[in-house]
Amino acid sequence: MLRTSLIFVAIALIALLLADLEISTLHPFTELSRLALGAVTPDVPALWGFKAALLNTVVFAVCGTFLGVVLGIGLAFIFRFLPVRLFCAFIRAIHEIFWAFIFLPIVGLNSTCGVLAIAIPYAGIFAKVYAEIIQESDRRPLEGVPSASGGLSRFVYGVLPVIYADTKHYTGYRFECALRSSAILGFIGLPTLGFHLETAFREGLYSEAWALLYAFYILIASLRYWLKPRLVTLYVAAAFVLLSKTITVSWENIVRFFTYDILPWPMRRDGYYDGTHAVSYVWESIPSWAHEIFAQEAWEGIGNTVVLTQIVLVGTGVFALISFPVACKHFSGRIVNRISHYGLIVIRTTPEYILAYILVQLWGPSMLPAVWAILLHNGAILGFLTSNNADLVALRVDAPRRWIDRYLYEILPRVYGQFLAFLFYRWEVMMRESAILGILGIYTLGFYIESAISDDQIDKVVLLILITALLNMGIDSVSQFVRRRLKISSKLVTSS
Amino acid sequence: MKSSAGIPLFNLVAESVAYENTVALKNITLQINKGEKVALVGPSGAGKTTLLRILYESVEGQPSFVHQHYSLVPQLSAFHNVFIGRLDQYSTAYNLLNLIKPQKKAVQDIVPILQQLRMEEKTFDKAGALSGGQQQRVAVARAIYRGAEILLADEPVSSVDPHQAGTVMELIMQNAETVVVSLHAVEFALEFSQRMVGLRDGEVEFDLPAGEVTQMMLAELYRNENPI
Repeated sequence: MLRTSLIFVAIALIALLLADLEISTLHPFTELSRLALGAVTPDVPALWGFKAALLNTVVFAVCGTFLGVVLGIGLAFIFRFLPVRLFCAFIRAIHEIFWAFIFLPIVGLNSTCGVLAIAIPYAGIFAKVYAEIIQESDRRPLEGVPSASGGLSRFVYGVLPVIYADTKHYTGYRFECALRSSAILGFIGLPTLGFHLETAFREGLYSEAWALLYAFYILIASLRYWLKPRLVTLYVAAAFVLLSKTITVSWENIVRFFTYDILPWPMRRDGYYDGTHAVSYVWESIPSWAHEIFAQEAWEGIGNTVVLTQIVLVGTGVFALISFPVACKHFSGRIVNRISHYGLIVIRTTPEYILAYILVQLWGPSMLPAVWAILLHNGAILGFLTSNNADLVALRVDAPRRWIDRYLYEILPRVYGQFLAFLFYRWEVMMRESAILGILGIYTLGFYIESAISDDQIDKVVLLILITALLNMGIDSVSQFVRRRLKISSKLVTSS
Repeated sequence: MKSSAGIPLFNLVAESVAYENTVALKNITLQINKGEKVALVGPSGAGKTTLLRILYESVEGQPSFVHQHYSLVPQLSAFHNVFIGRLDQYSTAYNLLNLIKPQKKAVQDIVPILQQLRMEEKTFDKAGALSGGQQQRVAVARAIYRGAEILLADEPVSSVDPHQAGTVMELIMQNAETVVVSLHAVEFALEFSQRMVGLRDGEVEFDLPAGEVTQMMLAELYRNENPI
């Protein structure tokens, strides 16, 4: 484990040399102090004007999660088939924002787009996790169920009660993630919280921005009071009623997207210029079209995405290893524990996209804000989890008194395996985030995808998203390989 | 060998079973007729569980079965766990309905069984919250509720309190026409069965009417181990 860790640290150091980490704004500290001032003077009354966006944020998350759960359950039952597993890996390898980019030309920039952008990748995630929960659950109770009882009866009596607690817990955690996804979808123009947050930040209205952020924290923190299993049906029904007013599906657009928009440009060029929009089947020019995209954009984007990912992978680990003892009862007193505990919760509640957006405003677009944003968000999740694990360690009475001895000899060796497993588990998540932060002007894949969206080059968007997805699936397999080699498992540790 | 003129239900001829390296059953020939009450006795690892499995799989229509490790769903109530015994006899819709709200008929059928097992107060308690002996009685209730003509039970009273074990054994024997029960405790076998099959190291050591089994035979069967 130590050797593997050091190899990854070495890779990250090389990546650091290749990364552009400069601060390009003229007065980063003036801006920072204005931001800090905003934090203590939040413009709460302004929130009334954003009530629709707040409601939308919840509605998108509810509908998106619900559809994701329904599709995910269906897929979980057939998850043993390889094509299904690959399909699920593929749909979850594409970030919600990229899905929104795909649905944009099909359904337009509206609620349908937002809900689908959450539902599709979440379906892939739910399918995988539900299938894993079923697989790892105790099978003995099922032995007592007569085998001729019919599939559904066997499932609801022999399997569902056994897995219910785990699935409920995981689905609840995912709903929290969906609220984050829903919020950041506003940054690309959907009518959620992020839309107003972006405007407020761009115009330097920090008091307003902080009011929105506080509202978001309260929303997440209050989940435990209003997210009750018996109320879920009510929420879903209400959310779909609200959504139904704005649902738009144009069959014509769907057909056009698949039969025209996504075709490589050379096939559409002639028809485009003579105004007929006819498709010419010039297969021979497709390789040069693809080659051009790779040479000018994709390779650069892939390179930067990988560099950023490797830096934040190790950065996240370092942050977690430094922060977890502060929140752990074996190292600090109760008050420090509580404060750092909640500190980590607040940081991990803030979507990395928002963190990155704020830091880009302060420092200008380079990898630096992206590194810190991803590192803080993931580091806080991992630090929180590791401190919880460390709290479970029962120290013997004669354990070393000096905290550094205690850390290195008693605690760290016990929690390191699970720590590493979870870090590698998040590897693919970090890559997805690295790609997406390109939208903020960092030259990762997202940058090129966003440019192609602005230029209305759907063919290029689809190709680049495809590349991003494959890259992600690649990292996911490498991560699985490493975890299996090291024989470490995080076994469904969710961060709540 | 005792062989009444009944209809043979189980008929094993020179049956052998091996797991990876260990031989579980060697060359077993066994016929059990309709209406017999048979006890399988022998030390741990003699092959009693494996034999019950084979018997279970050798007949159609799925007999009632009491699993050694109960195989209960800990998250469901005792009532629902007992109901599971007849899942295949009701429609899926009824099963779903009963899961959401216990149906009157099912409750009327199940409560008396639990009553006989002194478990009626725990009817709607979660199985996972019950003690080992109580869980085992729920497993017995499930097999009784299933009501098949054949009942197979694997150490069904191993965790039940000694003063209740006799009652439980009696119920098991009464509630099915043909019963095959594996028992570690010999005195229950002597008391409740008509025929005893002694197993050791995967082989049949004796197969006799219960009245003809002597203390010598049992001591020989359990050599190197103290019979309970």
